[in-house]
Amino acid sequence: MDRVIEKWQDKVSEVVLGATKAEGGSRDKAIKIGGGTGVYFLQGEDACPNLPVIAMEVWDMVPESWPESLKANFNDALKDPVEWAGMCVDKFSADLICLRLASTHPDSKDTSPEDAAKTVEKVLKAVKVPLVVIGSLAREKDNDVIVHCTEAAKGENCLFGIAVQDNYKTLTAACLSGRHCIISEAPIDINIAKQLNILICDMQFPSDKIIIHHATGALGYGLEYTYSIMERTRLAGLSGDRMLSMPMINFVGQEVWRTKEAKTGDEVSKDWGSAKDRGALLEMATAVAYINAGADILVMNHPKAVEETRKVIKELCIK
Amino acid sequence: MFIIGERINGMFKDVKVAIEKKDKSVIQGLAKKQVECSANALDVNVGPASDKPKEVMEWLVKTIAEVTDIPLAIDTTKEDVMEAGLALCKSKPIINSVNANQDKMDSLFALAKKYNASIIGLTMDKSGIPKDAERRLELAMKIVASCLEHGIDLQDLYIDAVILPVNVAQPHAKEVLKTIRDSKMLSDPPPKTILGLSNVSQGSLPQYKALINRTFLTMAIGAGLDAAILDVTDNDLVDAGITSELLMEKQLYCDSYLAAYRKK
Repeated sequence: MDRVIEKWQDKVSEVVLGATKAEGGSRDKAIKIGGGTGVYFLQGEDACPNLPVIAMEVWDMVPESWPESLKANFNDALKDPVEWAGMCVDKFSADLICLRLASTHPDSKDTSPEDAAKTVEKVLKAVKVPLVVIGSLAREKDNDVIVHCTEAAKGENCLFGIAVQDNYKTLTAACLSGRHCIISEAPIDINIAKQLNILICDMQFPSDKIIIHHATGALGYGLEYTYSIMERTRLAGLSGDRMLSMPMINFVGQEVWRTKEAKTGDEVSKDWGSAKDRGALLEMATAVAYINAGADILVMNHPKAVEETRKVIKELCIK
Repeated sequence: MFIIGERINGMFKDVKVAIEKKDKSVIQGLAKKQVECSANALDVNVGPASDKPKEVMEWLVKTIAEVTDIPLAIDTTKEDVMEAGLALCKSKPIINSVNANQDKMDSLFALAKKYNASIIGLTMDKSGIPKDAERRLELAMKIVASCLEHGIDLQDLYIDAVILPVNVAQPHAKEVLKTIRDSKMLSDPPPKTILGLSNVSQGSLPQYKALINRTFLTMAIGAGLDAAILDVTDNDLVDAGITSELLMEKQLYCDSYLAAYRKK
């Protein structure tokens, strides 16, 4: 029997992250994501022009909430975002760095927007891969912080976040003026996701500089909700819905490393396996599920999980 | 909804005059206007009065191609005019149309293969337009089978159940709707369905034409219609079509769904 190959009428928009010297930035190379003409990894259907990429998370302060099994991979580098980012690129071959400006949160160190922008500049100088930059998720403060950071990184074509329905205008305007890409987020609501993309585009923001985040659930913590909404988004995009045809991002590390399975040490039952491997396995399993759902960027924490996920991506892409 | 704009047709007076005077600006203006109004393709018909249809078709296609590379539906019953139009198209063209007579299908499907064109297949043959849905479906099946024999991808086939004016052929509308619904059962993947919408209101009072078109479009989309040749500059009509597709879950809802559709 002949295989029925679905012919989609549209494709996922191709987004370029980072800018080389020739393009007005200082990255060694820009990274292309998206551009798929079919469901990812479905043999025969997908041209798979750009593989999913992995961004490793770097904080602008020591991530006290991380368990020892995760921190141990970075040791003292955790104290300095420049060293930490360098380690992720040089030692763990991260495609991108996701700089989380956690210290700017008013309940944390309340770092000033000016100082946050300096950190962005320093990291941009230290590593030559494209950057994802997110604030502390304190919305009001983030607006101020991101405006300063988009200016400091002008021309570097970074990916900034996170724009939500109630708070997208400042971020959109800042990314527009600094010529950056933006993360548009609507937690588990595909209709609001579409609406938010329209609102962002209405500000003359180019649709091929938007990345969708539908929220990320860790394995066992609502992954299936995100998974099915990502599948639906991809199918809508391929069917011609241009307001849902953007590439997608998942903050895998952030979600996995807040679960009790990843955080608990060896004091629990042996059935749980050793704490050293448990969290990394959980992070890898979650990441693999998301690349099957259509993720284009995975933001991850544990080097071992990054390494294993990369292997899976390569295996899945063999035609 | 795949919309083919109907305006570049020699039956319209402005187009007829533009053809006579070789006035590019009228044709190009209509082309641009329809593209702006979210047409996915443009119908091109030289009109019944032309004595040099081949030359006119070539002039129209070239004239349109100067301002847009949108796909064109070459609308003619004459094969030499059809080929002249297809040969000049920059984007994947549409053959508008072929009926279910075997000799027509053989020659036009060969053209479709040669120019990688989509096809609009009319459910009518030598004996005219059938009265009921059953006979229309029989002819649709004949077209589907012939397409398969010619190695044409069924996703490139649009079945047109041929709507007649409601003022003179009232019983046809519900038969057309049934044909649209049941065409989906002819094959897997099924052929797409299309309507030459404005025909339904031909001859009705001018003040009701738009209402009749709009109402029939929503009913047809409810029956599963995929495409239509229509007046894309009629905003209310296109809005009704978009909303019908929304209610049929063909588009994902969002508050600005009309704007979202037009951002395509």
